[in-house]
Amino acid sequence: MKTASIETHGIVSSSRRNFLKLTATAAIGGGLTLGFGLPTRGEVRDSLTTDAPFAPNAFLRIDRAGNVTFVMPLIEMGQGTYTSLPMLIAEELEVDVDKVAIEHSPPDDKVYANPLIGVQLTGGSTAIRALYVPLRNAGATARVMLVTAAAQRWNVDPSACHAENGVVVHAPTGRKLGYGKLVDAAAKLPVPEKVLLKEPADFKLVGTPHPRLDTAGKVDGSAKFGIDSRPPGMKFAVLAISPTFGGKLVSVDEAKAKAVPGVSQVVRLDDAVAIVAVHTWAAKQGLAAAAPQWDAGPNAKLSTADIVARLAAASERPGAVARHDGDASAAIAGAPQKVDAVYEQPFLAHATMEPMNCTVSMTADSCDIWVGTQIPGVTQAVVMKVTGLQREQVRIHNHLLGGGFGRRLEFDGTVRAVQIAQQVQGPVQVIWTREEDIQHDMYRPYYYDRLSAGLDAQGKAVAWSHRITGSSIVARYFPPWIKDGVDPDAVDASVNQPYGFSDIHVDWIAEEPPGIPTSWWRGVGVTRGTFAVESFVDELAANAKQDPLAYRVALLDQNPRAKAVLQIAAEKSGWGKRLPTGQGRGIALCIGFGSFIAQVVQVTVDKEGAVNPTHAWCVVDCGIQVNPDTIRAQMQSGIVFGLSAALYGEITIKDGRVEQTNFGDYRVLRINEAPQIEVHLVKSSEAPGGIGEPGTSCVMPALTNAIYAASGKRIRKLPVGEQARAA
Amino acid sequence: MITLNVNGKPRNLNIPEDMPLLWTLRDVLGMTGTKFGCGMGLCGACTIQIDGQPTRSCITPVSAAAGKQITTIEAIGATPAGKRIQRAWLALDVPQCGYCQSGQIMSATALLVSKPKPSDSDIDDAMAGNICRCGTYPRIRSAIKRAAGVTTTGVLDVVNAKEV
Repeated sequence: MKTASIETHGIVSSSRRNFLKLTATAAIGGGLTLGFGLPTRGEVRDSLTTDAPFAPNAFLRIDRAGNVTFVMPLIEMGQGTYTSLPMLIAEELEVDVDKVAIEHSPPDDKVYANPLIGVQLTGGSTAIRALYVPLRNAGATARVMLVTAAAQRWNVDPSACHAENGVVVHAPTGRKLGYGKLVDAAAKLPVPEKVLLKEPADFKLVGTPHPRLDTAGKVDGSAKFGIDSRPPGMKFAVLAISPTFGGKLVSVDEAKAKAVPGVSQVVRLDDAVAIVAVHTWAAKQGLAAAAPQWDAGPNAKLSTADIVARLAAASERPGAVARHDGDASAAIAGAPQKVDAVYEQPFLAHATMEPMNCTVSMTADSCDIWVGTQIPGVTQAVVMKVTGLQREQVRIHNHLLGGGFGRRLEFDGTVRAVQIAQQVQGPVQVIWTREEDIQHDMYRPYYYDRLSAGLDAQGKAVAWSHRITGSSIVARYFPPWIKDGVDPDAVDASVNQPYGFSDIHVDWIAEEPPGIPTSWWRGVGVTRGTFAVESFVDELAANAKQDPLAYRVALLDQNPRAKAVLQIAAEKSGWGKRLPTGQGRGIALCIGFGSFIAQVVQVTVDKEGAVNPTHAWCVVDCGIQVNPDTIRAQMQSGIVFGLSAALYGEITIKDGRVEQTNFGDYRVLRINEAPQIEVHLVKSSEAPGGIGEPGTSCVMPALTNAIYAASGKRIRKLPVGEQARAA
Repeated sequence: MITLNVNGKPRNLNIPEDMPLLWTLRDVLGMTGTKFGCGMGLCGACTIQIDGQPTRSCITPVSAAAGKQITTIEAIGATPAGKRIQRAWLALDVPQCGYCQSGQIMSATALLVSKPKPSDSDIDDAMAGNICRCGTYPRIRSAIKRAAGVTTTGVLDVVNAKEV
């Protein structure tokens, strides 16, 4: 793993100062609101709105009053990053994390790069894995410099000094100096190349549940999301994109649109139209009046059935080999028993609570963008291309994300907003209505998984074959990650499945749906793959008439962490307990993102086949824990998110367009439908793993396995929908 | 011209009578704490209170609020129930992305006023209209009970909650 380069910090400081100058200029010309003074708890500031004498690296700075600011390289979208990352810095810097000001970072794919990805990207459950060492390094480096400055001031040995709570202490004499008094001297010291980090046993903050730093602003309405941007003079725009994928705008009734009071402008793009007005309401009415007409384009007849037929046909041919141990096909052919299954998983929308939106202010030589994004650096680079502006002219003001789940790993919305803003005088906020948001998402692809196993006479699986067919997001997003034709994300859960089969074959077939944009969706490959693997293992257990827990455990001798989480989940849930008719429990294991998770879900399937998940137990071994309460929250979150998708989630295509429109027909779990959730954390000294996604990945098969236990109905195609109804 | 009473202050506004309160608050008055989620009263992100009743501001025209008291997330903390709810939300760290939480808090506060000791089914009834994609439902349930001083039954998975 690469670490954030301390050597580049000198460059960072200078570009940081330049950026400050630029934003200060923008404050005059572009109406940026700069926040000065002491932060209030829960407030998150725009990037680099204040300067300070001591900024030994890109992640922190301290002013003469001792005020500490942390600059967050990765964005907060609910996963707790703006608490866990500050905890890492504060642990080593020895400051009170609750008193630190938090800033969104400016776009910078170098200094704020996610070391596991290579660019400034929040996603893939990587934040802690990527930054556990670099951010502690950043804090420790600053602390060493402050201690050195104090020791020089007192003319004592630095080893006789230590730092605590923002103060350097010389214990032998009891002398103390606050960090603020040391910043000027510390800033003159060379940045040490290597510093000693604390041993986990010495952590005071890391590993102990800590209240989130962003909660206060989220309970009083003051937290600012992209959609809350209000640069002075801002207009509001609502857009309509061609309802069919690949369609074009033919005409709009501009006169009727402009007849709506408050509507000032109709902006045409090749495949979209935006109505600009004094408020969103006028813009919405203007859009209705404009009654845009479309050329449906090449996909006018496309339907989900066409796409599934293509996937099914593609899955008949051999794919790129992702894993090949032994000779699975011969072993399956020669086995006393054979089990086959096909699993299908639908297109899914993200349906973040904050609909897509982006606010842009374009001038001849600048472009200010207020948006919540998981990829600020990439977004800046793309906007440079779209506008022809230079890097320092394109300013991305990142915001808290009202949900990400992968949707805001894409820049499509920002590009559209910029294209609209290029035709508008002054700042304009472009909002996707919920209908636009659902119908013009970039969807979790439809996947088609074909599995076969050969079993010995006792029903034990000896050979395993898994062919995955679907859209490759990696091929579009990170082309260099494709090796020998294999999409490493798409095959992850199958290639890295933990069970000890002697012969394993996994292959991959990329088959793109015509016209339909596909993208990341909370767990992506691991989520899809875990459903297939854990459903199929459950089928093998049922085939062998064995307990699904015992069947799995017997195959996990080589994987003690996986075995342990399963056994703890069984113990905590009272696995094996007799349940009344119509109730059942399912178990599943998820290994991904460096973490090991087991879940047990209990469902009731009533006489009409209605499925109600009543309980979920979740056991997590994610290695070293930074903020245990965040881990619990992410498991609760992942379980609810995964249940929404597994029970109801489905985007379908008819006549080239998405059939779903809003939360009425794209149903998500509500509080009365959510199970009781119990989360157990396993203490571990292993390297930290990711926790944003695996909770979602694990719950889907745990649910469908529970439905099987309750009703005998095996769910091979998501969503569950009406399938548990008696046949 | 219409006069609205927003958080105790009269506001004279030159807006169409059929304009939803949501856009009036957000786009005309610049009060962005109330959120746009669906525009159809399906998700609850835009919940405000009119004379104490939880109301979906995205489908409520301003004309329906004339002469009534509008309360938004920006002022709910000034009410005893709103303050209790906010404190419970802080103590249990309910929000994740936070976008739906204004609406959740407005609904929960109205529940606490109408039913000071809500049961689980009261919570289901009052809160089922508020969607949270981050899945904060377990903590919402716990926080409402905490604010109400109701003993939590069943699985309580929030540990180490701190007083604030």
